[in-house]
Amino acid sequence: MFYRLAGVRHTTYSSARQLYPIPFDRYLLIAVVAVAVAAPFLFSPLALNSYLLPWVIWSTAALGLNLLMGWAGQVHLGYAAVMAIGAYTAIHSVRAGVPFEVALILAGLASAAIGCVFGGAALRVKGLYLAVTTLAMQSIVDWTIVHVPAISGGSQATLQAPTLQVLGWPIDTDAGRYWFALAICAVVTSFLLNVSRTSLGRALVAVREKDFAAAIIGVSPFKYKLLAFWCSSFIGGVAGAVLAFCYYRAVTPEQFHLEVSIQAVAMVIVGGLGSVLGSFFGAGLVLLAPIFLNNFVNAIAVALSLPLHAEIISHIPLVLYGALIVGFLLYEPLGLAKVYDNVRNYFLVWPFRHARH
Amino acid sequence: MDFLYELAELSINGALVGLMYALVALGIVLVFKASSVANLAQGALVMVGAYLTWASMELGGAPLWAAIPLGIIAMFFIGRGIERVTLRRMIGQPVIMVIMLTLGLEIMLRGLAPAVFGPVKKRLDLGLDTAPIIIGPVFIDKAYLMTGVVALALVALAAIFFGTRQGIMLRAVSDDQTASWSVGIPVERAIGISWGLAGVAAAAAGILWGSVQGVDWTLSLLLIKALAVAILGGLDSIAGVVIAGLVVGVLENVAPVYLERIGIAGTRDVVASLVILATVIVRPYGLFGREDIERV
Repeated sequence: MFYRLAGVRHTTYSSARQLYPIPFDRYLLIAVVAVAVAAPFLFSPLALNSYLLPWVIWSTAALGLNLLMGWAGQVHLGYAAVMAIGAYTAIHSVRAGVPFEVALILAGLASAAIGCVFGGAALRVKGLYLAVTTLAMQSIVDWTIVHVPAISGGSQATLQAPTLQVLGWPIDTDAGRYWFALAICAVVTSFLLNVSRTSLGRALVAVREKDFAAAIIGVSPFKYKLLAFWCSSFIGGVAGAVLAFCYYRAVTPEQFHLEVSIQAVAMVIVGGLGSVLGSFFGAGLVLLAPIFLNNFVNAIAVALSLPLHAEIISHIPLVLYGALIVGFLLYEPLGLAKVYDNVRNYFLVWPFRHARH
Repeated sequence: MDFLYELAELSINGALVGLMYALVALGIVLVFKASSVANLAQGALVMVGAYLTWASMELGGAPLWAAIPLGIIAMFFIGRGIERVTLRRMIGQPVIMVIMLTLGLEIMLRGLAPAVFGPVKKRLDLGLDTAPIIIGPVFIDKAYLMTGVVALALVALAAIFFGTRQGIMLRAVSDDQTASWSVGIPVERAIGISWGLAGVAAAAAGILWGSVQGVDWTLSLLLIKALAVAILGGLDSIAGVVIAGLVVGVLENVAPVYLERIGIAGTRDVVASLVILATVIVRPYGLFGREDIERV
């Protein structure tokens, strides 16, 4: 219906290999980007600050984690620790007088370096061991941040982020911060959209599918797994820095606990392993669902005049993340991206369903 | 001499706590032995076991001698149920999916149990008297002594179980699932039983830990300690679980005290993680595990 395939004929290699060969996909993308860029004028400041901004930043983070989990097939249960390293590095560098653009790169490099130390140790083994080692990384990094006053500024301390300054322009409006986060997200998205077409992406997929088969055809599994760890941690560090500067505008150890790691993993699995679009869907659902569910439970409690303990409310997101992970793994292991794909495939040939293969 | 007495006191109490860690880790090892599946839901199972026992005593009005078997039997069937409903569907899926599934179960139960039973910490009173035993200048916590001995007995029971007909069946399945299938061993049932036994270990651990530190969601945080014990012990070795439990328990009790004196405070929480990291780097198959872990 929407996806007119009639008349789409590729006469050159470059047109056949483009990211979106179907015109409707391109128009849809342009429309979504237009809405995203114009969002500060379209939506209320509340919606912009509490829904769109975290969605954009968390999508960036989910993309980084998806590179590792979806493309390279490695588990990482300590992604929040990676983001914490980025956030703290960026804040300390900017406070020490480093320009923000450089601090952002430093944040990525610090996260990548520390991520690779743990990754390198963990990559000698796989599966459960990798999962448990990254879990250990989370608690070691958490502990280090809290217990080293030079990093956290003392226990229970909050480090305020200095004003964001990009290329000499101070950015101190909500819209400015949103656009900056969006720009970072766009860079990461275009990297991931293209990574499947590069030798790196193909090597990662080969390693994911069967590591010794990859080794036989000359793709070193260890090298590419470490590279995946490096890239993913770099993106995580940058996303953590953006999260600290644009969204929280301060940084405390509590922002990067194990729950946050689980949240990131839930985003990737709910969205769809190995899907760029899925990372956006997953981040959206995982961020927004607890808000709506909390309101819903509150409304029920008020309607039935049940007393509701604050701690029960605080446990609702955990139950939801768990249920989402279990439910998607059992019933739609490829996540929301697959749901979207099913709908798209249906409309690709509508109304000639028999033509679908 | 004071130094030695102090070290002895810390070590003995640490070792007793370590035996209770070993009981939690037993559930991970049992499941890994039978099906090579990582059971990251063990922490939540421990918590659920403790909650169920508390509920049958306080809400159901059962006496202590009935509540404990009731909790254990319920957890056996919950363990089997988890295997039947979720993990059996995942056979043949990549290992990352199975790990994520058990982790999803863990965090779902971690949130669900306090929501059902209320978030206030519950007291699970086993009627143990808590006066410390004093041997010379060494104080031994009696609650830890009792629970540690019970934990050791249960782990020994598990070791004996592997000599019985059912246990041999589980060992065959853990060795080679296809070969077991071809000689007529019901592989699905064996894996189901291993999950049931993991539930039993979780219930026992939950009752013991619940009596020591009260029942609330923090019981599920035992997962990371249990993982440290299981990995150090070698994932498929019952003897390894006991030894590794003792090592982790002693380290966790002794190291922070001395580190604090040289100015590094609060290391207690991070010991288990460091044990995991060190094991993976130095000896990934653990102290007693089989050396056929696939390397990259």
